Amino acid sequence: MAEQHSATAEQFDDPLQQREAATLGIWTFLASEVLFFGSMLLCYIVYRHTYPEAFARASHHTLVAFGTLNTAILLTSSFTMALAVRAARLGALRPLRWLLGATILLGVVFLAVKGLEYREDLKEHLWPGRNFRSDLPVEAQIFWLLYWLMTGVHSLHVMAGVGLLSVITWMAGRGRFSAAYYNPVEVTGLYWHFVDIIWIYLYPLLYLIHRYAA
Amino acid sequence: MNAQPASIKTYAFVWGALLLLLLLTWGCARVDIGVFNTLAALGIAFAKMLLVLLFFMHVRHEKKLIWIFVAAGILWFAIMVDLTLSDYLGRGQVQQTDLRRDLPLGNRR
Repeated sequence: MAEQHSATAEQFDDPLQQREAATLGIWTFLASEVLFFGSMLLCYIVYRHTYPEAFARASHHTLVAFGTLNTAILLTSSFTMALAVRAARLGALRPLRWLLGATILLGVVFLAVKGLEYREDLKEHLWPGRNFRSDLPVEAQIFWLLYWLMTGVHSLHVMAGVGLLSVITWMAGRGRFSAAYYNPVEVTGLYWHFVDIIWIYLYPLLYLIHRYAA
Repeated sequence: MNAQPASIKTYAFVWGALLLLLLLTWGCARVDIGVFNTLAALGIAFAKMLLVLLFFMHVRHEKKLIWIFVAAGILWFAIMVDLTLSDYLGRGQVQQTDLRRDLPLGNRR
């Protein structure tokens, strides 16, 4: 058992090899996540191709102001996350904690905005099923099913990210990281940026179909 | 990985570019440009993804092995979409051939 957490684990030759293993590990996980979200995106592509008008009409009922605001929030959180990893690398532990805190805050604000948006969506009877609004074609329910599924699974990823970042912030507060060892900060950052990339695609696919006609 | 991390200025520039692209994709969606609406939306999303991958996720400073893993995720997704769409987009477009049809002798060449 290593005395310090900053020490290189015994299965690695040196810190560089340890860092490469950690980075390759998270990229392998992220490649599997691409296919996880990819299956839902594929479903979306097939049904949007099959029912283009129903998808356009259904998409008009998404709240584009909420979606655009949330995109800006997530992009900004990626910015603070990138700065946090930079601070860790420079061994600047105080800025690291502040930047991690800012990223967590932005993640929580994203979830809060999404929650408010969900409430509006439910008021508008946009949950597929018996009470789905009758002025939309029945195929529009497929769009809304995919909307709830994809944004829901994405929000779960944001929640997981907020949880991970909280642990990382706690570890940073206990002095676990230094310029020589900050792999957990970097790996969590890569996961956070990935979740941002997923939203970068969800935003135009769900909110921006035929907006000019609205 | 480089010895020196990128400057705060670089990160701020990428952040600004991402927000500009967000504004652009929102603006594009409000104008009717036919099929280019979808192409613009996906093109801008792709550009944003590249910015995040290369700068925020530091792929531009990583070894080729990481590039291969990043490409693998995208490539396998493309294969999944391609094979599925080759079915869905091709349905109803294949001509049926009647193999039992007997042509009169005079028409045979």
